[in-house]
Amino acid sequence: MGKFILRRLGFMVLTVILASIIIFWATTVLPGDVASQTLGRFATEQAKTELRHQLGLDRPVTVQYASWLGGYVRGDWGTSPSMDTLVRPVVFERLRNSFMLAVVAFALYVPLGIFLGLLAALRKNTWADNLISVGSLAFIGLPEFVSGLILIAIFAIELHWLPSQSSIDPHSTFVEAFPYLILPAITVALTSLAYVVRMTRSSTVDVLQMDYVRTANLKGLPPRRVLFSHVLRNSLLPTITVVAIGIGWLIGGLIVTESVYDYPGIGRLLLFAIQRRDLVLIQATALLIVIIYVVANLVADILYAVLNPRIRYN
Amino acid sequence: MEATIPMQAPPGGAAKAPRPVFEIEGLHIDYTTELGVLHAVRDVSLMVNEHESFGLVGESGSGKSTLAMGSIRYLASNGKVTDGSVRLNGVELLGLPAKELRELWGSRIGVVYQSPLSALNPSIVIGKQLAEVARQHLGMDRSAASTRVIEMLTKVAMPDPEAVMKRYPHQLSGGMLQRCVIAMALMTDPSLLIMDEPTTALDVTTQAVVLDLVADLKREFDSAILYITHDLGVITKICDRVGVMYAGQFMEQAALYELFKRPLHPYTLDLLGCVPHFDPTPQKRSLVTIPGAIPRVDQLPPGCIFAPRCKFVEEACTTARPPLVEVAGAHLSACRRWEVVPPPAEYLRDATEAVRAAQTEAARPGVLVEGDDVQVHFKAPKGVIRAVDGMDLEVRIGETLGVVGESGSGKTTVARAIIGLTPSTGGTITLRGKRLPRSTGRRPRATLKEIQMVFQNPDASLNPTRSVGDAIMRPLSLLGGLDRQRAKERAKELLLAVSLPVSYFERLPHELSGGEKQRVAIARAFAAEPELILCDEPISSLDVSVQGSLMNLLMRLQVEKQTSYVFISHDLSAVQHLSDAIAVVYLGHVMEIGDATRVLTPPFHPYTEALLSAIPLADPDIKQKPIRLGGSVPSAMFVPSGCRFHPRCPRCLGEVCVEQEPPWREGEGDHRIYCHIPLEELARLQAETLVLADQGEGA
Repeated sequence: MGKFILRRLGFMVLTVILASIIIFWATTVLPGDVASQTLGRFATEQAKTELRHQLGLDRPVTVQYASWLGGYVRGDWGTSPSMDTLVRPVVFERLRNSFMLAVVAFALYVPLGIFLGLLAALRKNTWADNLISVGSLAFIGLPEFVSGLILIAIFAIELHWLPSQSSIDPHSTFVEAFPYLILPAITVALTSLAYVVRMTRSSTVDVLQMDYVRTANLKGLPPRRVLFSHVLRNSLLPTITVVAIGIGWLIGGLIVTESVYDYPGIGRLLLFAIQRRDLVLIQATALLIVIIYVVANLVADILYAVLNPRIRYN
Repeated sequence: MEATIPMQAPPGGAAKAPRPVFEIEGLHIDYTTELGVLHAVRDVSLMVNEHESFGLVGESGSGKSTLAMGSIRYLASNGKVTDGSVRLNGVELLGLPAKELRELWGSRIGVVYQSPLSALNPSIVIGKQLAEVARQHLGMDRSAASTRVIEMLTKVAMPDPEAVMKRYPHQLSGGMLQRCVIAMALMTDPSLLIMDEPTTALDVTTQAVVLDLVADLKREFDSAILYITHDLGVITKICDRVGVMYAGQFMEQAALYELFKRPLHPYTLDLLGCVPHFDPTPQKRSLVTIPGAIPRVDQLPPGCIFAPRCKFVEEACTTARPPLVEVAGAHLSACRRWEVVPPPAEYLRDATEAVRAAQTEAARPGVLVEGDDVQVHFKAPKGVIRAVDGMDLEVRIGETLGVVGESGSGKTTVARAIIGLTPSTGGTITLRGKRLPRSTGRRPRATLKEIQMVFQNPDASLNPTRSVGDAIMRPLSLLGGLDRQRAKERAKELLLAVSLPVSYFERLPHELSGGEKQRVAIARAFAAEPELILCDEPISSLDVSVQGSLMNLLMRLQVEKQTSYVFISHDLSAVQHLSDAIAVVYLGHVMEIGDATRVLTPPFHPYTEALLSAIPLADPDIKQKPIRLGGSVPSAMFVPSGCRFHPRCPRCLGEVCVEQEPPWREGEGDHRIYCHIPLEELARLQAETLVLADQGEGA
């Protein structure tokens, strides 16, 4: 097991390094560098050269990359030209906000998705199953900016239950922010819900047909016990993977959703950085998202292995 | 001749009337499907007494599992018991509320399943899964249940029960797992034990050990056993009474010995004739075949349901359906002409024919393929897997070399090395004296054409999107160089040669039955007119009656085309039936090889001896010495020192076997045994391994 985790950790570090190379390469080959961004369109060539020298942009690309990555690891993420502040505190603050949103969304769609998926599997081919399957499918196809606008139209504009915008002060506490989190969280949850429902349903349907479920039944165990100790243990394994990979989807969803609601999270920060062509900010944010994604996958693998003895012992 | 009937009389003697434990009367089970309502089981009655075991025999689709599971009301949601009565210790099960029924499951009724690996939950340790039963039904707490589990595992002769309890199912071998499932089923000393093909998924040697165990437990526990199987041989080891099912109803019910020696239904007679009988003489006879196929339960003929396939049919059979009636003391038959059903020995003589004359030793044909010290080693992260580890084999022109051994013996790998699908890593393989390149990619087309293969699972070896005709035409154009028109004509001829109608040309594989698919695979193998066909367990996954007709087909084609076969099987009965020469392989090495008759008569290699003692022969008159192998075949990564068979060998001499590689001991003709024990000594020790009944003498 220890060996397994070490191996995966090794792969994780490799993935992050590879991603950092791609991010750095993509941001440096783009036309226009930090110097021209900072000084504006009308700066003289000489001023730009001087700033480039100050920032070390006249060094070879590999040296620049090494010093950037080294700085990133040490916690020196540079200064944002567009916001004129240190990048790291801003990114972390926005990450905290996105995290709050993600937690609410998670708490909504994971339990609900598992519940609906189980219900559909246990009532296979009945109207309940059909309703759940078709309903959740419909939401997969609905992009966040559409479902977000529909939710705003209903709950904010028609019913006045919730605020239509979530442009809160970035320093708000969770309790202060909570009312502003509900609509964006539902928007994010709707898309991911369907994946959890479908995965839970299909794996539970499979497991219910397994011989060992017949064995458990013919042991005379009460149906509830068969479900909880024999079925769920095996049928939720694939769901865990979907949920963990879903964290990656969630980040993509956050970028759109945060813009729809104007919520100060990491997604909107990345969008802002791209609009302003703030390369330092883009690099820092993008690499952080990669790290989160990779860590989520690692956690999924480890969880899967812990719960599945066939992997644990191989 | 003294007959050995295993456990014929119930303990307590004949004076005490046996107490019925499980009674099924007039049971009907329906399935609602897209095709409408199917009457899967119709008017079935049976009775199992205390200490008795009832064998439920039938081919696939006969309804035997539906009957067993339906009788305890465990059916798929579209299945329903529509009529009849099922009583367990006098209690009617059919009207019982679901909750009370569930209390009987696992406490009064234990079940053992076909595949123990899939019957156990993969993510729960064995101990917990077994303890669940004790906690649920015996009201035990954790520690008492755990003590009970250890006690039960000890009773099923499980080595080191405490360690086993901490294991997950995938960490144990099939035989060990089946012991766990049996221990679980017997935990509450149930009144009824249902065993649904419990040894079908196991190796012969393991099967023999498990069958012994069941026979022992039968004496120790009071349970009545309902034993489901398709294997007539297994029945003789376990059952007291046997019922033969066909398309949802009983054809015959009788005491075991009666049924085998004097069957009174033509279907039973035919089934017995489909199974190769153990016969070490070199003559080759065909097997009895049953024309046609089991009818679908929604398309039953109006009269006797077996009439369309019956060899004793007359006009009156096709109008009214005969009931199952008692025709002789406790012998039930559903045949109106049961009196004309001949004794099996007589029938077998008349209904089969000699396929070809035995080869005399002096006139043995020349060698076609020779393997010399063939090795197939795979590199694995933790070492080298020695799948084939120095095998010497030879296949003669127009003859069959049978290769037999447990799973993990390397028999399939060596065949793949001969055809080049898995390149050998050492040694040489020659075809008519010419050395063959190791992999198919390096072999010229003319060589590829000479060796073809038939695989175990025709579902996996036929492309599901290509028609039967396409499948056969491919080798014709690719290897035979025929143009489209000629290939088509030839493919149709081949269909006829394997006894399939030409109309099958356009069909897709999924429209064919398992046996028909395998016929297509055989036609495809013959298409290139090869000199050698490698048959890798070609009949193992098929029903007995289909196995018989395929063996007949293989034999007939061999005589017609003078093709050589390598016939690989774990089933020694099938191997001895088809083969001129036999190689017994173990853990990548040949243990014994030679003329079939010599391999099957003493002296044997101790491994051959164990295999012969383990095969369940479908003849209650043959007495087999109970030689059993412990454990299972070791991993080919850790081949034992000295003689690789020594850790499991019942005749191991000690030091010499552990330390030194055995010599090849030359017997008569080309018979060779790889053993430290001299041949004379082996012959002396093994004189009584198999005692055959006088052939031809009926009951």
